[in-house]
Amino acid sequence: MHEVSIMENILSIVEPRARAVGANRITRITVRVGELSGVAPEALEFAFQALTPGTLAEGGDLVIERIPVRCFCKTCRRQFQPDGPFYICPDCHEPTNEILSGRELEIASVEIP
Amino acid sequence: MSSNNTTTVPIDEPVHALNDRIAAQNRQLFKQHGLLVLNLLSSPGSGKTALLERTLTDLKDHMRMGVIVGDLQTDNDAQRLSGKGAPVKQIMTQDVCHLEASMVARAAADLPLHDLNVLFIENVGNLVCPATYDLGEDLRVVLVSVTEGEDKPLKYPVIFKNAHVVLVTKVDLAAAVGFDRDSALNNIRRIAPQATVLEVSARTGTGMEAWYHLLKVQRRQ
Repeated sequence: MHEVSIMENILSIVEPRARAVGANRITRITVRVGELSGVAPEALEFAFQALTPGTLAEGGDLVIERIPVRCFCKTCRRQFQPDGPFYICPDCHEPTNEILSGRELEIASVEIP
Repeated sequence: MSSNNTTTVPIDEPVHALNDRIAAQNRQLFKQHGLLVLNLLSSPGSGKTALLERTLTDLKDHMRMGVIVGDLQTDNDAQRLSGKGAPVKQIMTQDVCHLEASMVARAAADLPLHDLNVLFIENVGNLVCPATYDLGEDLRVVLVSVTEGEDKPLKYPVIFKNAHVVLVTKVDLAAAVGFDRDSALNNIRRIAPQATVLEVSARTGTGMEAWYHLLKVQRRQ
């Protein structure tokens, strides 16, 4: 359960950025959370509700964009979206760990009045 | 962009940007000292400290090793590892569930890095949170003991997919706990096909030569 410290990081990045453009409120924070980021969306939402009172984001929304895992099979030279925890190429049935996306944990944008 | 009297401000920044910057500084510092740095990760009780106790003893005439060890509370692990000829620095995270690059930077400043060629970082016992924090290491080594069950890699895939090395530990207990070796190795192989897999017992010494060989080869690279 490190989503509280992750939300603290998020707020410490977005608050100065919002203030820098003259905003005194953040109505929405959009984050990209990869399936392999090690972050549970429900826990991040809980942390947002717990930590935002008293910040610019108080009363705002958290929007979580889930980024699915996409892999690359070097043998077949194809991309695929794995089904479950084993990343098995649907063509050659060999496991791969060439991960093209799914590790993301990024702040996409904020919305200000 | 504007809609309903609101403005969207793009940020496009990784949440761990600050940690990643400090990790890059750590990596640069370690490289300047010619250090091989390993981040040891596992659940509590998988045998990270026992592995290091034996490694520090057996390799003391071959490598100059140092240890940074993280725990929520107590310096018990640093006490276990001291007196073996290697400098040891304990980090007490005060209930933070993982090590971050800034904690490692502060601990490293208290170690004689110029005297060392291998640095072990024993992370907080936890298979979830430490998985995604870069500390500036060269290799991430994940330990899983035979007492934990064969499906650990399926339950905690992220940490195994980020591993360079997986050590199956406490193999001397395999028969006593009915460990299904084939099933466990197959799970590790399929979740983490990129990882080198070794089977060891720090208590009996089984498999430890292969671990030492890996350290010696990696140190030269």
